[in-house]
Amino acid sequence: MNIHEYQAKELFARFGVPVPAGCDATKEADFGPALEKLPEGAIVVKSQIHAGGRGKGTFTDGFKGGVKLAKTREEAVEYGRRMLGNTLVTHQTGPEGRKVQTIYFCEASDIEKEYYLAIVMDRATSRPVIIASTEGGVDIEKVAEESPEKITRAVIDPTLGLRPYQARNIAFGLGFRGEQVKQTVKLLDGLYRLFWEKDASLVEVNPLITTPAGDVLALDAKVGFDDNALFRHPDIVAYRDLNEEDPKEIEASKASLNYIALDGNIACMVNGAGLAMATMDIIKHYGGSPANFLDVGGGANAEQVTQAFNIILKDENVKGILVNIFGGIMKCDVIATGILEAAKAVHLDRPLVVRLEGTNVEEGKKLLEQSDLKIVSADTLADAARKIVELVSDK
Amino acid sequence: MSILVNKDTRLLVQGITGKAGSFHAQQCLEYGTNIVAGVTPGRGGERFEDKVPVFDTVATAVRETGANASVIFVPPAFAGDSILEAIDAGIELVVCITEGIPVRDMAEVKVKLEQSRTRLIGPNCPGIITPGQCKIGIMPGYIHKPGKVGVVSRSGTLTYEAVWQLTERGYGQSTCIGIGGDPISGTTHTDAIRLFNEDPDTEAMILIGEIGGTAEEEAAAYIKEHVKKPVAAFIAGTTAPPGRRMGHAGAIVSGGSGTAEAKIEAMNDAGIEVAETPSHMAEALLRVYKG
Repeated sequence: MNIHEYQAKELFARFGVPVPAGCDATKEADFGPALEKLPEGAIVVKSQIHAGGRGKGTFTDGFKGGVKLAKTREEAVEYGRRMLGNTLVTHQTGPEGRKVQTIYFCEASDIEKEYYLAIVMDRATSRPVIIASTEGGVDIEKVAEESPEKITRAVIDPTLGLRPYQARNIAFGLGFRGEQVKQTVKLLDGLYRLFWEKDASLVEVNPLITTPAGDVLALDAKVGFDDNALFRHPDIVAYRDLNEEDPKEIEASKASLNYIALDGNIACMVNGAGLAMATMDIIKHYGGSPANFLDVGGGANAEQVTQAFNIILKDENVKGILVNIFGGIMKCDVIATGILEAAKAVHLDRPLVVRLEGTNVEEGKKLLEQSDLKIVSADTLADAARKIVELVSDK
Repeated sequence: MSILVNKDTRLLVQGITGKAGSFHAQQCLEYGTNIVAGVTPGRGGERFEDKVPVFDTVATAVRETGANASVIFVPPAFAGDSILEAIDAGIELVVCITEGIPVRDMAEVKVKLEQSRTRLIGPNCPGIITPGQCKIGIMPGYIHKPGKVGVVSRSGTLTYEAVWQLTERGYGQSTCIGIGGDPISGTTHTDAIRLFNEDPDTEAMILIGEIGGTAEEEAAAYIKEHVKKPVAAFIAGTTAPPGRRMGHAGAIVSGGSGTAEAKIEAMNDAGIEVAETPSHMAEALLRVYKG
């Protein structure tokens, strides 16, 4: 789960990580009171959406920049007004963009130099890793490739936590001296406790800055959380913003289905994540284009299959459906019954190809053949993919 | 004719009285797996299906029954603790089926695992089976057939797909391992490939991978260096959009790494026969392995 920058900064502050003063507002009437909470001086006005590249983004009405520097309060209010309710397109949002529903006003900081700092769970070592770079405000993957010497890393033993010497290594690696080292050690301690205690999958500060006065400060904040651990963090779940999610995906998650919307026209319904991905691949291999990823799980019942059909059919781009079930523990005749019930319940109006394999497969196929619904049965995954691609291209 | 598990494996089931645990323990018993004990805290002294003794703790179960392998069907919030309990009791092989364990819990487990003699398979996996001898997990037993092909995969149903393609063509399997779809897991593709390579009765292998991480690339490098036996592979996720988690917690393409293309290239470079679609996994192997 991802959260907004203003929420991440709230968490930063709670864990003692210094951030510029800021205040969020969701309606124009709140702009004034929000700005009053900030100290004198210039204001940065920031659109809150779950996507990067906001500063370089453009709104659908032509207004440029999702992050703006305002010299006066009046200017800040004007920028906020242009952004709120407007749709911001960045290189990460796709062409449809995201509607801005919250504005975050921050005190503008004087920047001496920008740095990069992140904590991630590293798959290679199975441990949290701190990554710091003297190149801030830029793409870390690019720095890693072009000038790896600018990057300092620390691998954390999760049973010991971040040790002071590791924090010092990072601070010295960034070229800090004296008071800045002390500040960075404290900042890292807070970031690591946040990462660990709140089950984050990523904590990223890009940029981390030093000010002319010599202070170290988190200018931006990005935090992602491990979905599997949300059950123990009701405070984090409260940060969830449903506006940032696809309504079809929200509905699917309520029905315990794993659904991701894509932009093709052949919907698929599969049991098992690996097989679901492979089914998308084989549709593409035979010249089609998958409309979604959908894993109904190992023990899907008729009700879930009906829900799955409902979600799939809401996508107007869908011209046909491929159901691919490898029935192991769940028997094929039971699945076939579920498919028939669901297809009737949703008044299925588009071509459906079903490939069943596994326990009681013959009984399952017979049930599908005997029904008065137009269901095309397939023997292998390749056969199924070819058939649905053909049916969809005939339409 | 196998790796890690065989007819002599003495299995303990953690969470044997739960819904999933009892159902799958029953299925494993029917397949012929030697289940010697179950563990559910607070239910010690009972018997599962009138024969398998249930204990309160893994340590007692091991002491009383000599169990040397464990399978875990415990809800995600408590599964990390169950793995630690099994490691502490000195169990050699732990198979964790549970899906949805917090990564933080697994990071702690992993440290403990590295300091122990326990091998963990999973979590979030279908388990391991040596056809005709021992089934530990949730895979349908009947699709398998004893034989000489080793199968390793992150995905459950995609493994069944490969196994079924082999069995239908008359080729049996030595052992099939589902290593699981999580970012932190006990056994890697490379671990499984090494074991198959050292097993005199495994003649060929199918490796099934998916997007995310670099485990497949590492396995390809190992195969290039050490493996003479024929290997076929399939990588799922060519069509997956970057940055999205495709069902499995570990299946995500981030920052241009973990792509299917990079993995397929590594496989080709290692001389592995790559299946063009998931429907052609057995065919790909049979292009390089005649049995």
